[in-house]
Amino acid sequence: MSTTVVQIAGEPDTVPLRLKLQRIERRRKLKAVTLVLPLLLFILFAFVLPIGQMMFNAVHDSTLLTLMPRTTAALRAWDGKDLPDEVAYAALAGDLSQAWEQKTMGAIGKRMNYELPGTGSEFTSSAQKARTLSAGPYKAALIEISPLWARHDVWSLLKRGSSAYTAYYLLRSVDYQYGPDSQIVASPPDNSIFRMIFLRTLGISIAVTAATLLLGFPLAYLLATLPPKTSNLLMIMVVLPFWTSLLVRTTAWVVLLQQHGVVNDVLLALHLISQPAELIYNRVGTVLAMTHIQLPFTLLPIYSVMKTIPPIHVRAARSLGAGPFYAFWKVYFPQTLPGIAAGCLLTFILCLGYYITPALVGGPNDQMISYFVAHYTNEELNWGMASALGAILLTATLLLYYVFNKLVGVDRIKLG
Amino acid sequence: MAAFPYASPLEKGWYYLHRVMCGMVLLFLIAPILVIIPLSFNSVPFFTYPISGPSLRWYDEFFLTIRWQGALYNSIFVAVSVTLLSTVLGTLAALGLSRPNFPWRTAVMSLLISPIVVPVVITAVAVYFFYANVGLLNTYTGLILAHTTLATPFVVITVTATLMSFDHSLTRAAAGLGAPPITVFFKVILPLILPGMISGALFAFGTSFDEVVVALFIASAGQRTLPKVMFSGIREQISPTITAAATVLILFSIAMLTTVELLRRRSERMRGIRSN
Repeated sequence: MSTTVVQIAGEPDTVPLRLKLQRIERRRKLKAVTLVLPLLLFILFAFVLPIGQMMFNAVHDSTLLTLMPRTTAALRAWDGKDLPDEVAYAALAGDLSQAWEQKTMGAIGKRMNYELPGTGSEFTSSAQKARTLSAGPYKAALIEISPLWARHDVWSLLKRGSSAYTAYYLLRSVDYQYGPDSQIVASPPDNSIFRMIFLRTLGISIAVTAATLLLGFPLAYLLATLPPKTSNLLMIMVVLPFWTSLLVRTTAWVVLLQQHGVVNDVLLALHLISQPAELIYNRVGTVLAMTHIQLPFTLLPIYSVMKTIPPIHVRAARSLGAGPFYAFWKVYFPQTLPGIAAGCLLTFILCLGYYITPALVGGPNDQMISYFVAHYTNEELNWGMASALGAILLTATLLLYYVFNKLVGVDRIKLG
Repeated sequence: MAAFPYASPLEKGWYYLHRVMCGMVLLFLIAPILVIIPLSFNSVPFFTYPISGPSLRWYDEFFLTIRWQGALYNSIFVAVSVTLLSTVLGTLAALGLSRPNFPWRTAVMSLLISPIVVPVVITAVAVYFFYANVGLLNTYTGLILAHTTLATPFVVITVTATLMSFDHSLTRAAAGLGAPPITVFFKVILPLILPGMISGALFAFGTSFDEVVVALFIASAGQRTLPKVMFSGIREQISPTITAAATVLILFSIAMLTTVELLRRRSERMRGIRSN
């Protein structure tokens, strides 16, 4: 697209042609990069940077380091065996009165509560009492004020706070936590829910992917083998849901599956059931609605691969004596595998991140990992936990995206 | 495996079973969307058939109450801004990417497309933390920028697809005949990539118009969008107005689908690719 015209006549060549061409080539490259640059910068600033910060939040927490500077500094030298010495307690007294003055007790208490539930309120009340301490020895006085300060696990927690980096959130996300001596132990059973939630997310995604493949493959085959006129008409029925708002489709399922909804009415009228079935706010509804939404994503790549398979292959196999099913299985099916891989992988990747549909059609036991990322952000206000869960989900998604790129190629993503 | 006269009974059985199964899958795909339309004309607030009598009361509520009207206005405003922004950014990027010898093409392309692959909750939470720091929470600007990141990949994909079969000798011919680059762009390149651009723009519009998760996180009641109001409507007390809203959106998506399909055909015609 460049209009550069190499001057042949005129001034004598002082620069060798090779260099000239290189220069032109470089200028062209620069032009191409300049065109991409605005979007690239935009994506880097508005998308990659926020996500990078979130990933960083998953391992970075400087609450204790900044709000209790004296204690965390004094604890650097602590060997972690017995209770710390008088110096640390004096530092603690200083930090407690500072926390009281600057009204940061709430933030510190909240941070301590994450790892040692129940210590937060104890911390706040001891900060209030510690104001009256004016002179040492602090160790005995502070233990007198609150038994909290005789607890080894509390001091271990404060020592861990002397580093701004913590693995706590990531450990919690896979149901581990720090023990009293900062060793890594399994979370107590009533706190270990995350491994189960990851497994549930995986399970629902696999179920939906399998369901879309099971329903999509035969339909893709039909669409690929029918005469174009009919198949185009039927294709509209596949593509229209694809174009319809996700929320509209979810609304439709809520309306259909309700206790007195259309599906139950039909089933009751046909005397298939005697009382309304539980179809919504459980796993059935979630998988059903997600399958409906994901079906076109699995179907379309399979369809486009099937369109490229010449029908003479199967005919040749048949004429060589293969039975209809043998010919299909040995000749046709293997050629559809790239489409199956692309469609299933795409659906699986998208399923992992589902939030809206399970939130509206599922019950409390059908919420996937995205729900908990949102829950920790909006309701618990525990951003570290939200970031850690998000970081794990994102890593899994990006790995699969990489596999998808290697297998299918981004260039081949098509729409509609 | 068509039903040839010489097919065995087993084959015939399979043939019809396959047809029936496909019919059921198609029904599964389309029925939920079609079922909701008549319900929006129900005169009583129930979601059951038979419908007690035709009525437009839910459309009245959808178009005339401030709650829904404001949401519709916000959605259109945000989506139009997103469409303009992402079409310009995406088209420029696609033009650059499709030039030969673009450095690290695959890597850059993967990065530019990644917003549609990253789970939207992660984008929403990350943007929420980020906006909380820079003061863009609960602003139109914030919402438009966030939606633009989600929408540009679609423009990049559609325009790149049209450029793939683009005949570069046309631009060289134009340049050789003395046209300056600007003229080449507006007279040769633009008309040829226009169908792709419009499809991309429609996808971008649809993405923003349909987006709910990011809006839930970073928009307040002032910037409530249609999906946001629908979401809280389904969550709290499901009112038939939602079916009216859904019907309007279905008609809207039919219009979009038709436009994109017509554009695709026109684009194929223009390049001389015969459609089957």
